[in-house]
Amino acid sequence: MNIIVCIKQVPDTQDIRINPETNTLMREGVQSIVNPFDMYAIEEALRIKEKLGGKVTIISMGPEQATEALREAVSMGADEIVLMTDRAFAGADTWVTSYTLAKGIEKLGKYDLIICGKQAIDGDTAQVGPGIAAQLDIPQVTYVKKTEEIKEGSARFERMTEEGYEIIETPLPCLITVVKEINIPRLPSLKGKIRAKQAPVVKLTAKDINAEADKLGLKGSPTVVDKIFAPQKRTGGQILQGETQEVVNKLVDAVKDIIIASGKT
Amino acid sequence: MDYLLTEEQVMIRDLARKIAVEKIAPVAAEYDEKEEFPWPIIKILAEADLCGVYIEEKYGGMGGGAMELCLVTEELSRACGGIAISFAATALGTYPIILFGNDAQKQKYLPDIASGKRLAAFGLTEAGAGSDAGAIATTARKEGDHYILNGTKQWITNGGEAEVYTVVAMTDRAKGARGASTFIVEKGTPGFDFGKKEKKLGIRASATRELVFNECKVPKENLLGREGMGFIVAMHTFDKSRPGVAAQAVGIAQGALDHAVKYSRERKQFGKPISGFQGIQFMLADMATELEAARALTYAVARMVDSGAKDVAKESAMAKLFASDTAMKVTTDAVQVLGGYGYMRDYPVEKYMRDAKITQIYEGTNQIQRSIIAMELIKERLR
Amino acid sequence: MGQGKDRSIEIIVDKCTGCTLCVRSCPFGAIRMENKKAVIDYTKCTLCGACFPVCKFNAIKFEKGEEAKAPLGDYKGVWVFGEQKKGVVQSVAFELLGEGRKLADQLGTELACVLIGEGMQQKAEELFWRGADKVYLVEDPRLKNYQDEPYTNIIVELIKEFKPEVVLYGATSIGRSLASRIAVKVYTGLTADCTKLDIDKEKHLLLQTRPAFGGNIMATILCTNYRPQMATVRHKVMKELTLDKSRKGQVIKKAYPDSVYASRTKLVDIVEEISETVNLAEANIIVSGGRGLGKAEGFKMIEELAKVLGGAVGASRSAVDSEWIPYSHQVGQTGKTVCPKVYFACGISGQIQHLAGMSSSDVIVAINKDPNAPIFSVATYGIVGDVYEVVPALTQKFREILKK
Repeated sequence: MNIIVCIKQVPDTQDIRINPETNTLMREGVQSIVNPFDMYAIEEALRIKEKLGGKVTIISMGPEQATEALREAVSMGADEIVLMTDRAFAGADTWVTSYTLAKGIEKLGKYDLIICGKQAIDGDTAQVGPGIAAQLDIPQVTYVKKTEEIKEGSARFERMTEEGYEIIETPLPCLITVVKEINIPRLPSLKGKIRAKQAPVVKLTAKDINAEADKLGLKGSPTVVDKIFAPQKRTGGQILQGETQEVVNKLVDAVKDIIIASGKT
Repeated sequence: MDYLLTEEQVMIRDLARKIAVEKIAPVAAEYDEKEEFPWPIIKILAEADLCGVYIEEKYGGMGGGAMELCLVTEELSRACGGIAISFAATALGTYPIILFGNDAQKQKYLPDIASGKRLAAFGLTEAGAGSDAGAIATTARKEGDHYILNGTKQWITNGGEAEVYTVVAMTDRAKGARGASTFIVEKGTPGFDFGKKEKKLGIRASATRELVFNECKVPKENLLGREGMGFIVAMHTFDKSRPGVAAQAVGIAQGALDHAVKYSRERKQFGKPISGFQGIQFMLADMATELEAARALTYAVARMVDSGAKDVAKESAMAKLFASDTAMKVTTDAVQVLGGYGYMRDYPVEKYMRDAKITQIYEGTNQIQRSIIAMELIKERLR
Repeated sequence: MGQGKDRSIEIIVDKCTGCTLCVRSCPFGAIRMENKKAVIDYTKCTLCGACFPVCKFNAIKFEKGEEAKAPLGDYKGVWVFGEQKKGVVQSVAFELLGEGRKLADQLGTELACVLIGEGMQQKAEELFWRGADKVYLVEDPRLKNYQDEPYTNIIVELIKEFKPEVVLYGATSIGRSLASRIAVKVYTGLTADCTKLDIDKEKHLLLQTRPAFGGNIMATILCTNYRPQMATVRHKVMKELTLDKSRKGQVIKKAYPDSVYASRTKLVDIVEEISETVNLAEANIIVSGGRGLGKAEGFKMIEELAKVLGGAVGASRSAVDSEWIPYSHQVGQTGKTVCPKVYFACGISGQIQHLAGMSSSDVIVAINKDPNAPIFSVATYGIVGDVYEVVPALTQKFREILKK
């Protein structure tokens, strides 16, 4: 089974702090990591490969540094890594990102399954996965929490919903996006890390992928960022003082009306 | 401080750190509380290829030595000294085989230890023979193709959990210390049982048990080196393993210091973080400086061991002595920095203090280390 | 279509004093200093222009690009996707109608709802009461439950025929999957998970504001040259209109050939495993527990309070990672984003990734024994104390008041 996993290198948002004076992001010391949801995608691909055999190819679009993220996937056990990097790709919104990745994936040849994390933690859009499926015109199953069955030509997945889950059967090739519940990603191994250091990186630029030039980068992007600003900072309210029963009474007095009202709607 | 680690050593350290932060730190308190052996963590270390960092490549290891062992032990100890010792005690039990085993013994035991499939333990201490190893009462008498072991080993780390034990027993009591020999004994050998699990002050995730030998029949191929070499095996093993205890101490101290620094920046008194007070600043500065000195000495000795230097007894003892005394001081000060919070079990620093204490005691108490250092000093003068 | 004159940015090296203000202002880390001059890394730069106003020396040249002059005037009307499950229109659709009504009024155009399913005709009326002028209705037994492909095909057909200028979807598991596919098929922009929408009346554009970087920054997104302008909108942020039963509207029924209704994936079963105490997205009241509970049993106490209040049970990541409670309860960046009327954080320290998932709650109550816990910096009401004392006391008090 040929499995392709799309990953993104993102700043670790847990490290990000806002400078309270300038209201800007403080990026110093912020680590670049593999988007956490993509780790579940890599793990699921490796598990399917361990069961059915085949190959796991990891693809990422981004600057040269994204190679580090790709190498991390190799240290876990991925077979091949592909970096799509070109100045022409820069400034892509989700439409163009899904277009560019789809073109890159087409270039790689036949595949059975594409796996993406449900969303990236820097943008939180959850749009690129389904976007790639639509660009390639293949079926998709989003928010997959379990691979129930997978074999040549077809698969059955559990798709997480707000109320529970749906069981969906799909022919292959198809694209799935995965949630945290699906697995626990393995850590890299020392031997894997040594292999990752030497792993060759396939590089794809704009001219390699048979894409329409006006559908790439910022130029092809339907959306544009108009402005960026710091959110209104939520400020702490009051700390209730007193003995337990006293603070409990104060709190109940303060919120009971909202609670009674919200019970009615 | 930059210790000019090789690329592979950096990889090993980073991987061990990742496991410590992601997998050990979140469960350290729980293992301490429940006094459970951390098998799930051992499995993670095995899958990460870390169990064999100090074992030769031809026996399935990664081909490193004492330095690699120290790096892993230190990083794991930074999250939990108890879990780290389950890893490091295997190295202690394995060193006799690495140092004195023949090829057949190495082929038989090292690959499974390197892959993390089996743990090892070293059995020397007895109720009446701690620092005075010459007083060992466990005996091994030869009968045909076997040795028959009788006696009880006490406080054996990894006891009951490990599969491979290297055990020191007297083959000829008349010869005193020169009558001791070392055997490889596998768990499951008839006549080999375990006593109850000990309840300890610290390193409570680790298992400590008695090894009980009652007419235990061990094949003669399991003798390490020759008869009478038992103490040489033990002393050389300790020379190599003591930097590992030092690394454990350094890791424990570092973990405690990390918490102390973090807390001092968050805790506000008199309107500012306590890290702004000189009293706290000076404490933190001393803790960090002594810790770094301990680490530098530990690494230097580990590298000396790996260089193949013959006589490392003094340096090895110095590293163990200095690092463990430092760990005790740093962890005690860390509790002090946290004040009342430091004393509470809800906060992790009191555990570091409890875990640190053992590093001053095992693999030779620090009094014994001082004796070794002094003896070597005097010996050098006599030459 | 094209962007007209291209958007561009560059550093005017002669004017740059190396003050690094721009470096710090860049949300994407795309500016660095080289030889005391700012240098833009164009592989990271998104041309958002955040650095432009920051420079005090006019050393940044920023061209916004020319605005749309393309024939976009044919596109008229605001649409809302009427998400339904088991034939019940979901409350997020009503919220979108409330917001859509405002937008349509500002644009001077009509508001329509797209309703797809089986036997949904009688639901159309309520959509009018909730603000819609029109309902585009597509009914077929094959459309009873949501499926990506037929729903995508139908809305693409509707967009092509009726040319709306704005289409809004709930940022739900359905809405996010559906809208992404539609955006690709019609080649238009889509903005995810908006928390604020507005109209630039002069330019006749939808201003789509959304959080990014885990809520650390807000971005306003435009879709200038492509239509429709599409967005998914976070549940419980927009307000429903008060029901006006006098409102009437027009139902436009459409039917399509079989190929439009075809789906390659097959929905085998729908499993509802989540009780009321878990449906965090819908809950008006959420009681969450964190590491401070110390043990799995602590959640019994949390559940009890939630039950008395008629709320759902949430959890922080560390509680989930400790396996005290399943992942489906996790609130935060790697879990669910919630927006209840009241959020009780019990024994939760308030890691930034948790705050990203709940800080837009109307009222936040924090109970934690550590007075320095970051959760108190966002809490409306804070109680410094032992959760095991405070929470049972709260449950007791609410039980008396609510007579449960």
